[in-house]
Amino acid sequence: MLAYFLQQLINGLTLGSIYGLIAIGYTMVYGIIGMINFAHGEIFMIGAFVSVIAFLVLGALDITFIPLALLVVLLAAMVFTAAWGWTVERLAYRPLRGSFRLAPLISAIGMSIALQNFVQISQGARVKPIQPVIQGGVVLFTGDEGFTVVMSYLQIFIIILTVVLMAVFTWIITRTSLGRQQRACEQDRMMAGLVGVNVDRTISLTFVMGAVLAAVAGLMVTLQYGVVDFYIGFLAGMKAFTAAVLGGIGSLPGAMLGGILIGLIEAFWSAYFTIEYKDVAVFGVLVLVLIFRPTGLLGRPEVEKV
Amino acid sequence: MRKFKLGLFSATAAVALFAGAAHAEIVIATAGPMTGPYAAFGEQMRRGAEMAVKDINAAGGVMGEQLVLQIGDDACDPRQAVAIANQFVNQNVVFVAGHFCSGSSIPASRVYNESDIIQISPASTNPQLTEQGFENVFRTCGRDDQQGLIAGNYIADNFKGKTVAVVHDKQAYSKGLADETKKTLNERGVKEAVYETITPGEKDYSALVTKLKQAKVDVLYYGGYHTEAGLIVRQMREQNMDTLLISGDALVTDEYWSITGDAGNGTLMTFGPDPRKNPAAQDVLKQFKETGYEPEGYTLYTYGAIQAWVQAVEAAKTTDAGPVIKQLKSGKFQTVQGEYGFDEKGDVTAPGYVFYKWKDGKYDYASEM
Repeated sequence: MLAYFLQQLINGLTLGSIYGLIAIGYTMVYGIIGMINFAHGEIFMIGAFVSVIAFLVLGALDITFIPLALLVVLLAAMVFTAAWGWTVERLAYRPLRGSFRLAPLISAIGMSIALQNFVQISQGARVKPIQPVIQGGVVLFTGDEGFTVVMSYLQIFIIILTVVLMAVFTWIITRTSLGRQQRACEQDRMMAGLVGVNVDRTISLTFVMGAVLAAVAGLMVTLQYGVVDFYIGFLAGMKAFTAAVLGGIGSLPGAMLGGILIGLIEAFWSAYFTIEYKDVAVFGVLVLVLIFRPTGLLGRPEVEKV
Repeated sequence: MRKFKLGLFSATAAVALFAGAAHAEIVIATAGPMTGPYAAFGEQMRRGAEMAVKDINAAGGVMGEQLVLQIGDDACDPRQAVAIANQFVNQNVVFVAGHFCSGSSIPASRVYNESDIIQISPASTNPQLTEQGFENVFRTCGRDDQQGLIAGNYIADNFKGKTVAVVHDKQAYSKGLADETKKTLNERGVKEAVYETITPGEKDYSALVTKLKQAKVDVLYYGGYHTEAGLIVRQMREQNMDTLLISGDALVTDEYWSITGDAGNGTLMTFGPDPRKNPAAQDVLKQFKETGYEPEGYTLYTYGAIQAWVQAVEAAKTTDAGPVIKQLKSGKFQTVQGEYGFDEKGDVTAPGYVFYKWKDGKYDYASEM
């Protein structure tokens, strides 16, 4: 029983890490400009496509040394996806920043549809598979009745990379001058501008940071599941957005916590109850949390500014 | 204003009538998932239909008139399927070789029934399609009650004493097939250890896989399409499981292999006899190969459906639904699938299902491997 529990725990943590990384993108943008970036799921999808293309290019160039290939793909995915994130903000959100609250939201939904269709047309509607890059894993231990708990190298890689990125981004937000500017914009955009913070640049960089994390998540999905299609952004975006709300939208550790929680709820509900209702369980927990803590688990209540 | 609209309407109607008279063309259509996760099957249908129309037009058309092919994309979404069906009605389509997914074919068949359009599905296997009492609905593939019977008996015969699980993805085709197989298994005294459903379109099925591992499942019967089946097999191998996957006819695309890689070795599936092995199909086969396309899966089934309809029209000497239906139900047709006819319900009289096995990127009869 313990072995089964552990295996499901590993499943849940892996899935939760991916959700969490995407959720950070939602939460950072919301924290700073108070807008839900509905196109973020699509940014993640683009990250996954860039990873697939980069792998194919490396394969064609006969670069098979895996650590090098991974590093190159990771950098390529981050750079290209960041460029997309920046462009989306520049084109679809910045011109609308001064207008009424719903305008950027609608623009975001439009952007999401546009990106999805663009990828569908330019890359084709069929699924894009890649062969497993990192294979194998370690048998952690053998439980009763010969049930082996397996953790693939990939799962280890995903969880470690998530922890490292989480640490780096927390450091950026809390300790660097960029982070200070971001927090200043979050508190009062106009005042931040008056004291010399370049608001436009800070917001652009926030989008770029979110896109970089989404690119990493895209690469992870490509490696872990080996299948990418133009539609993956929608489902993953939904779950990640839920994770951001569950953890308290606007809070960085909250997004990670929300992602991991959703991953674990999905895994354990599937493990001990019927899989059919796992999404009901996830959203049930969300409803309960929001009833008792309307700002999410780690969200701070909005203070009325006088 | 109303007068103006009325005038406009009659003007368009007149133009439409005139246009209809000016072009002596017969409009037919195929519809399936041209986009989305199951687009591989949409491509099979499109390729089959395009080749059939090209060949028939080259041979002089139907009753001296040329065929025009419309292609509809339903993405295997029931709502979109109805929208496509209505679009076909407006385009004066007289015959539809489609759809692919049962979940699309069944709602679309209601539209075709109201508008006297003949529908021959090359791929929808859910029994309900021809059980609705619609005169105009046919299919050139088998039914899931046959498919489930064969799969269930095969498992009961070949895997005595093994632990069996049944999983499906809740769509019309998948649930129908999985439940038919489960019924046969239960009648044969095999009780499945796990019965679960999954959400199509997701990527992570590791929780399901661990559950199967815990139950020590030897044979997994999966009702559903190749993308999810491929992911499940891949994730089973990652957790060091050697469980055998058995599924239905929605795995007949090389895309299944490109998802699984070597993990797909040994996968069993049921599908109609391969029309590519049919002597009557060799000429068409050669044509396909010249274009660089391998007519796998439902390609030739779609080609055959159009052939059957054309022969029925030639015999009835009209494209009107009534006489053509009569011909379809009474005649025998020479197609790339061999000779077949249709019974009172609209089901094809061709032989049912055989087992195929995936090996090294190709599928072939399981008995021959």
